[in-house]
Amino acid sequence: MPARWVGAANYRALASAEFWDVVTNTVKYSVGVVVLSQVLGLALAVLLNERTRVGALLQASIFSSYVVSWVAVSLLWIWLLDPQYGLVAWLCRLVGLPAVNWLGDHRLALGSLVLVTVWKSVGYPMVIYLAGLQAIPGDLYEAAALDGAGGWQRFRHVTWPLLTPTTLFLLITLTITSFQGFDIVKIMTQGGPVASTVIYVYYIYEQAFQYFKLGKASAAVVLFFVVIVALTFAQWLAFRRRVHYTT
Amino acid sequence: MGIRALTLAALALVAMAEVFPYVWMVSTSLKDMAGVTRFPPALWPAPPHWENYAKAWASGPFLRYAVNNAIQTAGILICQLFFGCLAGFAFSKLSWRGRDACFLVVIACLIVPPQVRFVPLYMLFSKVGLLNTYASLILPYAVSALGTFLIRDAFLQVSNDIVDAARVDGAGTFTMIFRVLAPIARPTLVAFSLFSVVYHWNDFFWPLVMTTNDAVRTLPIGVAMLREEGTGDRWHIIMAGSMFVVAPVLVVFAIAQRHIIRAFTFTSLK
Repeated sequence: MPARWVGAANYRALASAEFWDVVTNTVKYSVGVVVLSQVLGLALAVLLNERTRVGALLQASIFSSYVVSWVAVSLLWIWLLDPQYGLVAWLCRLVGLPAVNWLGDHRLALGSLVLVTVWKSVGYPMVIYLAGLQAIPGDLYEAAALDGAGGWQRFRHVTWPLLTPTTLFLLITLTITSFQGFDIVKIMTQGGPVASTVIYVYYIYEQAFQYFKLGKASAAVVLFFVVIVALTFAQWLAFRRRVHYTT
Repeated sequence: MGIRALTLAALALVAMAEVFPYVWMVSTSLKDMAGVTRFPPALWPAPPHWENYAKAWASGPFLRYAVNNAIQTAGILICQLFFGCLAGFAFSKLSWRGRDACFLVVIACLIVPPQVRFVPLYMLFSKVGLLNTYASLILPYAVSALGTFLIRDAFLQVSNDIVDAARVDGAGTFTMIFRVLAPIARPTLVAFSLFSVVYHWNDFFWPLVMTTNDAVRTLPIGVAMLREEGTGDRWHIIMAGSMFVVAPVLVVFAIAQRHIIRAFTFTSLK
């Protein structure tokens, strides 16, 4: 089929309520994943920042999911969340909670995907934060302790400010990777129920390979790329400004 | 003291939540259909049904998938290391016009994710008839901007005296790169290799887009199809099949976990 110049038609085709739902879903998914995995990753890193055997074992077991295939993790969680025979349903019943259809309810499905994503990838922010923590000189904590700072104050006034570059790095990196989310949707929900879990890359894939609208898909790719470039640029700016912070 | 015990308990709980699903995966893979649909579920099946693994393996051309997966992963790694070393050398130890401009292009490529490239590459490969070939799996990843960047960085650390000394001893360019520089840059090469192997062994997106034929399909695709073809919820078979893709990674992780964690930290913090 010969290519034909269509001007901005492919971009106009994107401007629909359906597309805005996709953008909203993507933003919800990303914000959920980034905030939860960063908070949890930081908490784990602070608590595990001791070189002990048990600490190393816990770190490794938490990180292990990060290297396991998305396909296997997604299949595993469909099974765990199975409303009838799943382990989670059984645990809920055990503590007297009502049965929930995690993936079949359009109000819950996207949230379930967020939780599974955080479960799989929280090890990454944890090890990056651990690397950041190890770069903080110990004498700062001694000085803070001498000034009578308690545990929370030491965290608030020493750890947290000195981790700013790490936090910024993770914020941008996790945002970009969560924007790329695809496997989990393709396997766990196929965008359903009622398109509540169609996120950006899945939408591109659908347009290109299920509806064969390669022009529209390409237009969506271009917008996607613009956002990624903007985020990377923001990261670069932030780092240029913050470099002095660490020294 | 109380706080310490509480933190430890919380941490143990998190670690449990992270690890137990894998135990459940193995446990399910050893149940029979009756065991899968039993409620409340049994923690461990008695007797274990090891034949589920054979059934899962036989339910599709899994040997083919596994071989393809290995070819894809190894092919990509070899190309990435080879070209990464060549380019890393050119960007660090040779001076030529336009070097810095070219390197800027490499840096720019770092921010282009595969999800941006797949539509045009799909059209390109389909036009030249390369869909459903190893080439469509390997070529798009044959050159890694990240690998080039890291290897250049490692080569830059090597003193020019060593390069000059090797040249005086009559080392050609290839000897220089692969016999002199690469061994010194080994930690970087190992870290990058672990990163690349884990990523491509598990990759689902790219093979999904580029292949429709069992002859070149890889394990992640085969495992995902176990559920689509499945009649009803054969979770024991699906979980057994998932182990084909998970087990090799977890074994490598168990042996080299410290290196892998360092590799993932290192490749992203550079």
